[in-house]
Amino acid sequence: MSKVSLNKSTIKNTKGDKVFLFIVYSMVILVVLLCAYPLYLTVIASISDPYAVYSGKVNLIPHGFSVNSYKLVFTNSAIWRGYRNSIIYTVAGTAFNLFLTIPSAYALSKKRMYGRNFLMTVFLITMYFGGGMIPHYLLYKNMGLIDTPWILIINGGVSVYNVIVTRTYFQNNIPEALFEAARIDGASELRCFFKLVLPLSAPIIAVITLYYAVGHWSGYFSALIYTHNQELQPLQLVLRNILILNESAYTDALQSGDAELIADASRQAYQALTMKYALVFISSAPMLAIYPFVQKHFVKGIMVGSLKG
Amino acid sequence: MRNDKTTKGKTASAPIVPGSRGYVRKRLRESWQWYLLLLPALIYILIFNYGPMYGILMAFQNYRPSKGIAGSPWVGFDNFIRFFKYPYFWKMIRNTLSITLLSLATFPCAIIFALFLNELTHVKFKKVAQMVSYMPHFLSEVVVVSLVMLMLDLSNGPVNNLIAALGGERTYFMGEPSAFAPIYVFSGLWQNLGWGTILYISALSSVPSEQIEAAKIDGASRFQVMWHINIPAILPTIMITLLMRMGRIMSLGYTKILLMDNDLVADVSNVISTYTYKVGILGGQYSYSTAIGLFNNIINIILLLSFNRLSKKLTDISLF
Repeated sequence: MSKVSLNKSTIKNTKGDKVFLFIVYSMVILVVLLCAYPLYLTVIASISDPYAVYSGKVNLIPHGFSVNSYKLVFTNSAIWRGYRNSIIYTVAGTAFNLFLTIPSAYALSKKRMYGRNFLMTVFLITMYFGGGMIPHYLLYKNMGLIDTPWILIINGGVSVYNVIVTRTYFQNNIPEALFEAARIDGASELRCFFKLVLPLSAPIIAVITLYYAVGHWSGYFSALIYTHNQELQPLQLVLRNILILNESAYTDALQSGDAELIADASRQAYQALTMKYALVFISSAPMLAIYPFVQKHFVKGIMVGSLKG
Repeated sequence: MRNDKTTKGKTASAPIVPGSRGYVRKRLRESWQWYLLLLPALIYILIFNYGPMYGILMAFQNYRPSKGIAGSPWVGFDNFIRFFKYPYFWKMIRNTLSITLLSLATFPCAIIFALFLNELTHVKFKKVAQMVSYMPHFLSEVVVVSLVMLMLDLSNGPVNNLIAALGGERTYFMGEPSAFAPIYVFSGLWQNLGWGTILYISALSSVPSEQIEAAKIDGASRFQVMWHINIPAILPTIMITLLMRMGRIMSLGYTKILLMDNDLVADVSNVISTYTYKVGILGGQYSYSTAIGLFNNIINIILLLSFNRLSKKLTDISLF
């Protein structure tokens, strides 16, 4: 990419080009600002004086300074529990996803595998046709998975889209000559996969891991329909209760009777608002912190052809 | 897709002829280790994706949990007819379509943004622009909807603060029926604009730089290069993405709609997919909900196949 832009800049821009570039830069800057603003506001509002936020004074710069919102958020045991649950579901669920996705994508990348087209079709059909919500629910119910942590780990185990993306990576990035050499040395196909393919596939594994992890971390709906036990709630469901359904986030703080944290009742309404900002920040931080490390692989990870069966 | 290395390998080391004796056995013997790698995913898909398809039979039954699918009485198309006769049927179709069409109208945004990102000459700024615009994709739906609520809050949200500062009147957007579809679509655009460029940027990166160079020497402006070289180069990607989108026309992101829903906007927020959830999971009407889901799925497939065919005919690009 950078090579292309270097080449471009070697030729002088005409006046028309300059106008064009000006428009391009202005538009991109505008989009960047629009993308960043809500997140910027989240950060400054969460550390500002609650009353200033409540009265609409915090728009561009922070007003005052207070970390009370964060302290209060952490007194809520539901949030801690949700956080812990989400980490468990994300780690275990993603591991399960990878166990299913990577080997199968490799097998499907092998054109010599007998029945490959048929097997690929078996996978592809599920992208467009499925039983729907209730049949899924009943299947899980019959298997005794409802209201267990297992359901949130194994639900959505294979994303056919991710299988195709991974398969395409294998096809395009691992030269067949390597396999020929390994075969001459007498390596079995399984050995090829573990010793040859996996070490060469770090970029795609990183991308796919991120995709699945984001899915587990961000979803609330499966938890909503498949679990009823509060102990099993992932973070997103706790967030939904507090942020969307406006359940009070501080019942626990009230019970703990910490006089310093809750100086007076009237401050609560203000504090509830800044606590929402703090919650948004706390819950989004893990994924926002991880993706820049994987970013450089994004473009290579999803090639055009990958979308086609 | 255009990589044919593996086929070359096949011709080189395969003296086996299709149809000859022992051909299948030989191929199977060659493939068994690959089957082993495929097996876990295949079993999963057969149980958890194909398994529920058996449950579709419920759509043609009056399903009783106590009797199961084997013992429940068959009712033919009654559940479908009931849905078509439901007084809000057309309203839900209209709500679904109006949100989907507005969202389709934003389809070109990611293409334009990708083309613009591609024009950026400042490499560092380009990286930052990409990183920042990908960011919202990594937020959850719950967080995005809460951010929307916080931003649009009547008394202290920045949007209303700005409106008030400019002398306008504060509005409770989340309870405004006419704002529902735009909020749904534009918050989705905000979340996925940057992320949606990746496919196009990946396609743009394969445009040969010699071609661009040559055009420039011939006096083409940047805009002309974009128009005559870059856009045609990503056209197949655009078509494929558009087709995939067409296949989901009836399935709106109901999880997000459920989060945005409230009594004030109920008139416009009722769509088919949320109705499936409401009557099925909340209402316990398993057969009826399954029938609606099946109807929705079939419409999607019909749309996908027709657009796929149309695209094949017009542009020679198709999903399958």
